[in-house]
Amino acid sequence: MAQVAEQAQKYVGGGILRKEDPELLNGAARFIDDMSIPGMLWVSFVRSPFAHATINSVDTSRAASMPGVKGVYSGTDLADEWADGLPCAWPVTEDIKAPKHWPIAKDKARFAGDAVAVVVAETRAQAVDAAETVDVDYEPLDVVVDMEAALQDGATKVHDEFENNSSYVWNLDVGEVDQVFNDAAVVVKERYYHPRLIPNAIEPRGVICQPNPAQGEYTLYSATQIPHILKVTLALTLGLPEQKLRVVAPEVGGGFGSKLNVYAEEATCLALGRKLGVPLKWIETRSEGYLATTHGRDVIQDMEVAADENGKIVGFRANLLADMGAYLQLVTPGIPILGAFLYHGVYDCQAYSFTCTGVFTNKTPTDAYRGAGRPEATYAVERIMDALARRVRKDPVELRRLNFLEPFDEAREVITGLSFDSGNYGAALDKALDMFGYDELRAEQQRRRDAGDDKLLGIGVSTYIEMCGLAPSQVLASLRYVAGGWEAATIRCHPTGKVTVITGTSPHGQGHVTAWSQIVADELGVDFEDIEVLHGDTAISPLGMDSYGSRSLSVGGVALHYAAEKVITKARTIAAHELEVSEEDLEYSSGTFSVKGAPDKSKTIPEVAFSAWTAHNLPEGTEPGLEETHVFDPPNFTFPSGTHLCAIEVDTETGMTNILKYVAVDDCGTAINPIIIEGQVHGGIAQGIAEAMYEEAVYDENGVLMTSSMSNYRVPSAAELPTFETDRVETPSTTNPLGVKGIGEAGTIASPPAVVNATIDALLPLGIDHIDMPVSPERVWAAIRNASGSSVDARGTDATAAGSGVGSADTPGGEA
Amino acid sequence: MIPAEFDYELAESGEHALQLLEQHGDEAKLLAGGHSLLPLMKLRLATPSMLIDIGRLDDMSYISDDGDAIAIGALTRHEVVEGSDVLKEHCAIVAHTAGEIGDRQVRHFGTIGGSLAHGDPASDLPTVMLALDAQVVVRSSSGERTVAANEFFTGLFETALGPTDLLTEIRVPKLTGGWSYQKFHHRAQDWAIVGVAAVQRNGGASVALTNMGEVPLRASGVEQALASGNDAAAAAEEAAENTSPPSDPFGSADYRRALAKVLTRRALQEAMGR
Repeated sequence: MAQVAEQAQKYVGGGILRKEDPELLNGAARFIDDMSIPGMLWVSFVRSPFAHATINSVDTSRAASMPGVKGVYSGTDLADEWADGLPCAWPVTEDIKAPKHWPIAKDKARFAGDAVAVVVAETRAQAVDAAETVDVDYEPLDVVVDMEAALQDGATKVHDEFENNSSYVWNLDVGEVDQVFNDAAVVVKERYYHPRLIPNAIEPRGVICQPNPAQGEYTLYSATQIPHILKVTLALTLGLPEQKLRVVAPEVGGGFGSKLNVYAEEATCLALGRKLGVPLKWIETRSEGYLATTHGRDVIQDMEVAADENGKIVGFRANLLADMGAYLQLVTPGIPILGAFLYHGVYDCQAYSFTCTGVFTNKTPTDAYRGAGRPEATYAVERIMDALARRVRKDPVELRRLNFLEPFDEAREVITGLSFDSGNYGAALDKALDMFGYDELRAEQQRRRDAGDDKLLGIGVSTYIEMCGLAPSQVLASLRYVAGGWEAATIRCHPTGKVTVITGTSPHGQGHVTAWSQIVADELGVDFEDIEVLHGDTAISPLGMDSYGSRSLSVGGVALHYAAEKVITKARTIAAHELEVSEEDLEYSSGTFSVKGAPDKSKTIPEVAFSAWTAHNLPEGTEPGLEETHVFDPPNFTFPSGTHLCAIEVDTETGMTNILKYVAVDDCGTAINPIIIEGQVHGGIAQGIAEAMYEEAVYDENGVLMTSSMSNYRVPSAAELPTFETDRVETPSTTNPLGVKGIGEAGTIASPPAVVNATIDALLPLGIDHIDMPVSPERVWAAIRNASGSSVDARGTDATAAGSGVGSADTPGGEA
Repeated sequence: MIPAEFDYELAESGEHALQLLEQHGDEAKLLAGGHSLLPLMKLRLATPSMLIDIGRLDDMSYISDDGDAIAIGALTRHEVVEGSDVLKEHCAIVAHTAGEIGDRQVRHFGTIGGSLAHGDPASDLPTVMLALDAQVVVRSSSGERTVAANEFFTGLFETALGPTDLLTEIRVPKLTGGWSYQKFHHRAQDWAIVGVAAVQRNGGASVALTNMGEVPLRASGVEQALASGNDAAAAAEEAAENTSPPSDPFGSADYRRALAKVLTRRALQEAMGR
């Protein structure tokens, strides 16, 4: 490590514009829907309009006679195509109930949008037209959409083979939890509902299957985050020899977790390609994606904190109900577990309890969505911190300072048994408060309250932590995740001095090509523009675990660093041989080996690469070529943290809220590219504000998705968002030699409690201390209308802290 | 977008469009900006077998001073209405409200005639036309007629237009008094959850409501209260009278009634202060 740590850093840390952007912006990049294969047929899926129904029969005869139709198949017709159901790779408990999930439903449809038949035709329009004529005889069944109702005795069962709708109960208890809570001077308990969210990647999903019948080979192009995982899992699902399957993720337009999955459409297109021997294409429509692409969150959280009378915390206790939807997709049950260790935030405590029950409902399956488990944890912790501050009559900032873990730059074990890599939570808070003008805004808030202003001001604090760098493979094993958490990188130094980097990460908007080029350019002393980064094709990059959970830099980027070290080590041997000195007599700096005391005697990495290629004069035992691969299995997670502050103005007549100021100070460890970080933070905050104020997937009592398009599922635009003021503190991670932690999800994790805390802070004089997300104008208005009118003073009164819960009067947009 | 199959004709002139309407009758739909029709076709909620494209009839895009009124060609895009100096001088509420529709892309495609002809009670311009007592000029093969705004909107997505009618022009009166359009929406690009148009005209005030019923509604209770000498705040309390607002994911009926009162007060205060 030391040999490169001393390198002059020309690129790392610099705000370098992304080299992949020109083609993405000018339309030259190739996404799935830009691709076409001669003779290609189109696929369209028939989807159940019912959330729960028995499929009595599927009559395909009329559809089969439609123009251009090449085949129409029901779930029964395709039953022999599957060696197994679609995979769930994270059975979180030994006794988890994991139903068989056939790509095309055979006997029952279990959510509105469940595929029940598939049509193959010459054109897309023909396929869609024919799909409309498939005659499915459904017998509608009772529907269960609400998690608490689903757990009642006698509730309609989503899966008949199980005794009830509970998929699993996962628990972690540390310390004398009951005793600590019983003995505590103050216990605050609230209930929070985290809305169901639709990921809305800018590019819908899509698949092309290209069979090569002569060789029995298949290439599957998919708009996916996980080409490597797809290859393994689809081989198992279809009983295909894995060595005959190549998976390619071309340019992919975002995922946010929704393309971290193994979908029915991918398996079906591959099965149809095998069955028909012709290339096939399917492109999801946005409306279809709302039903058939996994959703996120949908969690009820009962959160408790115990503290002494001054607000010094002694315990946290969280009890979750997590909506699985109708099936367990790739990592559905594990999503809450990604937050399970973080329900104490950045605060010290003596007792800790986390329990999560996974619940089946007749809704679209949930799975990873930007932040995955950590937004839920952060929201619960940071909301309850504000509630505790009110109870003990302390400023929310003061209460947080009182409970922060002290700064540490060596890994330290925390109550859950995890080791936080490094942290300095007060530093980020101080910087954020200064940028925000906290005291001035508090004074303005008081002025408005005193004047009885219709426009109240609120201030929200979120001092968050998250967990990235997924993941140490042995830890994953202990959590019953079936795959590893390593990542691979290869550096190939060409004889002409150019460099190819092959990464197992699969970027879909994050800028890996630029960041990876920066790392290699500095470590090998080659020009940034002379580095090509290849990814997303299992034939080119056979080793990889793909991109999700802010893991790419802190695992894949670190693998690249170690691969560079291996290149330098080999190059040093060759350079020493050519310069006729011992390796110890060489100094290495910025891609050049020079002889100590004789700096004009030197060899550059490109020169060594040429020598390694000609192999005319290599030391004995040295193989020709200069190419190295490293597979990195991280020894620990990374723990990004920071402070987000939000000031919100509330129009008490209409309920309209307006963000006046938003400050984010993030600690993602060492910065590789501040511009990319800035982009991730901006997008992340926007997505978190969307969650806090705008978006919710709403189902009616029949399990029909009411928010079925972007006209009523409220994705905000730039017009709704404030200017974000951002900065960073850098506490290098101790988990990896680059010191990086990850930034892809931080904004989404940090921002919802900042926004909601601010809104509630504004409304305290009206006696309001809880509103569920999304805090829409109507919910604010309804809360004001329903409020007792007695003030919940910002510095504390005896107002009760219990949340009003799901489906109560203040959630008119919620589940009926 | 994969709509159901349809045939397509490009109208060469207004006359040609009328001929095509006669020829295809109920089966045909006129396509102007497409921003209301195409989303319905995408979902196959509208499945016309013939689309008659009038979007290139540039002679139906104009804004002209016509004495007491301003004449606006039906195919004038929202963006042109928004920027019109003639309207800003003589009937600024129309220009202002056009600028509140959707987003910039929508305003460059959507037309004033299309907005009125669609008959969506959540649209902004119909409400303004109602408050202004605007006139809608309609042609068919049997001639031209003028329909008052208060007779034009007949039901949810229904208007006085027959299957062979072509809306050609909207005539709005020149305004000398103050005006306001209060559009309440959660996202900038959204339809109004509730909208209120208020104009001072003929010595009184006209007030009309967006999305408070199946058609844009005149707030006659508010107008009468004002005529009886009540101030804006008192009159605005009548805003929800005789309305039947929808309950949908954007807002409950109760919320809309409450908003109507607040927004009416604000609209009246702004109109009176302008």
